[in-house]
Amino acid sequence: MTDDLFTLRAETEAALREAADVRAWDAVRVGVLGKSGTLTALLKDLGRTPAEQRRERGAALNRLKDELAAAIEARRAALEEAALEARLAAERIDVTLPPRPAPAGLIHPVSRTMEEMAAIFGAMGFAVAEGPDVESDWHNFGALNIPAHHPARADHDTFYLPPAGPGAAPPVLRTHTSPVQVRSMLRQPPPLRIVTMGRTYRADHDATHSPMFHQLEGLAIGRDITLGHLKGCLIDFLRSFFGIASLPVRFRASYFPFTEPSMEVDIGWNRRTGELGGGGDWLEILGSGMVHPKVLANCGIDPAEWQGFAFGMGVERVTMLKHGMADLRPFYDSDIRWLRHYGSSPLAPAMLHEGV
Amino acid sequence: MKFSLAWLRDHLETDAPLAVITDTLTRIGLELEGVEDRGATLAPFRIARVLSAVPHPNADRLRACTVDAGDGVAVSVVCGAPNARAGMISVFAAPGSYIPGTDMTLKVGDIRGVKSAGMLLSAREMGLGDDHAGIMDLPADAPVGTAYAAWAGLDDPVIDIAVTPNRGDALSVRGVARDLAAAGIGTLKPWAPAPLPAQFASTLRWSIEMPAACPWILGRMIRNVRNGPAPRWLAERLTAIGLRPINALVDITNFFTVDLGRPLHVFDADKVAGGVLTLRPGAGETFRALNGKDVTVTAEDCVIADAAGVQSLAGIVGGAATGCDADTTNVFVECALFDPVRIALSGRRHQIASDARARFERGIDPALLPAATEAATRMIVELCGGTASELVAAGAEPAWRRRATLRFARIAGLGGLDVPADEAVGALQRLGFSVAARDAERVTVEVPSWRNDIAADTALDPAPGIAAPQAGRALIEPEADLVEEVLRLRGLDVVPPVSMRVAGPVPAPTLTPRQTRTALARRVLGARGLAECVTFSFMASGAAALFGGSDPALRLANPIAADLDQLRPTPLATLALAAQRNAARGWPDVALFEIGPGFAGTAPEAQPVIAAGLRAGAAAPRHWGVAARPADAFDAKGDAYAVLAALGVPMEALSVSADAPGFYHPGQSGVVRQGPKQVLARFGALHPRVLAELGGAGPAVAFEIYLDAIQEPKRRRRAAPDLPAFMPVRRDFAFIAAAAVPAEAVLKAARGAERTLIAEVSLFDAYDGAQVAPGHRSLGVEVVFQPRERTLTDAEIEAACARVAAAVAKATGARLR
Repeated sequence: MTDDLFTLRAETEAALREAADVRAWDAVRVGVLGKSGTLTALLKDLGRTPAEQRRERGAALNRLKDELAAAIEARRAALEEAALEARLAAERIDVTLPPRPAPAGLIHPVSRTMEEMAAIFGAMGFAVAEGPDVESDWHNFGALNIPAHHPARADHDTFYLPPAGPGAAPPVLRTHTSPVQVRSMLRQPPPLRIVTMGRTYRADHDATHSPMFHQLEGLAIGRDITLGHLKGCLIDFLRSFFGIASLPVRFRASYFPFTEPSMEVDIGWNRRTGELGGGGDWLEILGSGMVHPKVLANCGIDPAEWQGFAFGMGVERVTMLKHGMADLRPFYDSDIRWLRHYGSSPLAPAMLHEGV
Repeated sequence: MKFSLAWLRDHLETDAPLAVITDTLTRIGLELEGVEDRGATLAPFRIARVLSAVPHPNADRLRACTVDAGDGVAVSVVCGAPNARAGMISVFAAPGSYIPGTDMTLKVGDIRGVKSAGMLLSAREMGLGDDHAGIMDLPADAPVGTAYAAWAGLDDPVIDIAVTPNRGDALSVRGVARDLAAAGIGTLKPWAPAPLPAQFASTLRWSIEMPAACPWILGRMIRNVRNGPAPRWLAERLTAIGLRPINALVDITNFFTVDLGRPLHVFDADKVAGGVLTLRPGAGETFRALNGKDVTVTAEDCVIADAAGVQSLAGIVGGAATGCDADTTNVFVECALFDPVRIALSGRRHQIASDARARFERGIDPALLPAATEAATRMIVELCGGTASELVAAGAEPAWRRRATLRFARIAGLGGLDVPADEAVGALQRLGFSVAARDAERVTVEVPSWRNDIAADTALDPAPGIAAPQAGRALIEPEADLVEEVLRLRGLDVVPPVSMRVAGPVPAPTLTPRQTRTALARRVLGARGLAECVTFSFMASGAAALFGGSDPALRLANPIAADLDQLRPTPLATLALAAQRNAARGWPDVALFEIGPGFAGTAPEAQPVIAAGLRAGAAAPRHWGVAARPADAFDAKGDAYAVLAALGVPMEALSVSADAPGFYHPGQSGVVRQGPKQVLARFGALHPRVLAELGGAGPAVAFEIYLDAIQEPKRRRRAAPDLPAFMPVRRDFAFIAAAAVPAEAVLKAARGAERTLIAEVSLFDAYDGAQVAPGHRSLGVEVVFQPRERTLTDAEIEAACARVAAAVAKATGARLR
């Protein structure tokens, strides 16, 4: 390599070292390898080089060109790396800042419980049925063997609406979800298995009674459904719902106008601590029985051919027991603090395979 | 119903401990409400003799006594009672005893130099009333050394049971005893009062003019009675169950009401005008009842009247004018049978809850009248003296005999428990059923007179237009009655539980598609940050009217409170109140929703399920990186659209018009329709005046979605996806449109300009500031062209853009900027 080439290399390398940004670097690149760059000019002059030296000088020039091109490229990479580093440093944020708000909504405990009920009874072959809140006197009482003079009517504390005309029985706010059973029996021939969950109304208001609350009712009609099935169905439900495989369940004789035989059902708990499952005390939790022959007959089902069971329980009551909630009234108050405390995630619906 | 253990033992021969009796009562359907064992707290107190009582040497008001509590030892006791004297018989508590009246436990003490090793007690100190004038002063023959509670009859536990409406017979001590005996707890004692011979002819007689209300009535006159306080045993029986002793005659009637479930009435015969007591319909008269209140009777009520007028509301409450008092000397005992339905309706009409009504409306034993009259007459003569007339009667014993048949296989077939035939028949016999016929398969029994709930002859109330299966019901109902009796005595706990059989291992869907849509709507709204509420279906009528709900047909006839008197027209109305309550507690920014009924009428189809939501205050919590803004109509529209989209509504088929009802802001609300008529949702800002009238918190936006109006999405197989191979071309347009032109019209026109080529049209900007002529706004629209055959040339793209601009101009008058 001749001196001029050594000088060119040294000068170029020095210029590259001095190039602090891409613009300066590009000036160096163009000054050496551009159309009118120093090295480009030397290459152009190669034709004027004496022939005996031309070959050697050509090889030297090409080597130098490769060397300088590599040096220029290396410098570019270094500069870009440095520029990226600088940018990243400049873009630093405070990662402890709170993220943008996405307020979580929630599902009311009554809805959650009814979803759990539907899941469990669904696995036992029940379908969910519905009916209106404002009912006829016949659907709420007459069909269910509760005639106008029946003492049981006094226990129902019924809300009445104005009658449609003189002599017409006033419509009622349903006092139980049993009219849905009547509607189901009239709509579809047996066998049938339905559960119904919904609003019910009674003129009563204190710490343990609300003028509106929710009931779950079940009805199973078949040719050979016995009180044994009723007991099995309820035990299976209660143990699954409360998640206590050994939950004690007690059955007592009782009376309801629309069932016979009738039973009240207690579960074992500790009255002092409120803990379910043990403790030696009994807590009444639901009413049940074999559907009364008159109810079947009123709905056009021959009791000599078909029989079945029915049961009902308070949705809020079992919700309060399951979650250890003390007071009924906040269920309907929509206090956002209470809702946030007891509400459940809309993204976690009750599914048997995830556990209810 | 309350009764004491000793009273029960009058009718039941049993050694069973109290706990076994109470457990059995609960098991067989006579649910235990409570046991009050007063003897337990009185157990330490013994009857004692005061041997000496001298003034305390160091205290003027105290006495130093010595007491013998029955063990012959003279115990020193300091006593402050003024009546303490030597020789008196009183009640003593030894050291260590708990004194209920003072809530302390006794210790041996030294009171101003005199030892006191016990206490002489007043009634109040024993927890037996308010008498604190002095220590107990018992009769001289009270046995020193025995437990006071036992001597006073206060060690008798009181049992309280809940009697179900079908068991009128169990509203009597004898009925309870019979059930317990049938369940294996002892034996029912025989009861048959000996007749008392007539000694004169009654000057009063009965006349029935209302036989439907009173088929049969008996009476007996008793002369020369001395009415006064009842003897101690009777007063204690009544006191124990919470009845106040009044006088012997009244107490005797109360005794039989509880003992036999047989209400009686005793007239003061000298106060009855004329010689006839007539059972007849009321005629608007008013009389003063024994409870001190005036009762005005109607033609639906059965009354007992004498020549002077109405003296009693039959079977419910007697009259003050002919009642017995201390001066009564001649009486007339009434023992009647009344129609349960009329009693129930009369009692409800007059709002009178009496022990007599409770029994008559459940139905009393129609065969018991003669024996009960004898028993009552006998007790009156025994306790008050006097002589009795012959029995006077009107009407006759009604036909009450019925039979019921039980096929033994049905005990297992219905009740799920195999009970041997002999055991089943035995249980029925212990309950008083007698066997009329029996073979290997079935038994036919005579129903006892006191069980009017078994094989009752009551009518069906079938659905209109239905042929009620009368024969099947007549066969099954009495049999079910008997199965229930056998099972409840056996105990339902022994019936083996059987899990439900299912059609297959994988259950069919539990919810209908409509129910599934409701559940999905709930989850969508929850996922969008709204909190689900459950509010009452009724509200104040004034507030309901603000939301268009003032139909008088939906106003409760008997609201529980004035602010809960009207069925809500929409859940939005009660949500608005909920938001106000939260604001009043210091939480003004809430997002709430509820899925529940709104009421437009009483028919089932007029009670639609509505998903309503409300966002009050800020759209989101304050945040360092997000500009704060109040929730606006488009937040509410977004909620509604999110639900509709999730439920499979074809969103391109929706239209929005600005005709929401008056509780919305008229300029910031819309109605979402599918097709020309079907309203699916409403949304917008709530009207400021409505908010102000509800309580004056800040602005709020809301939506209502009519879930019932949403069509089930068509279940078509999904077509193959459209995935063209060519790049889409995006072009932006800026249209200047009159302000009144709806954005939706511009977008619709653009979309329709090139049906096959245009894949998407969206609005990215809306501007009505200074750069645009007044009364106009600029709408920025992006159109995506999707070529399918080949890449478009610039000329083709320009032509397509021109068609978009022309279509929009034609439809809306908007021009390119």
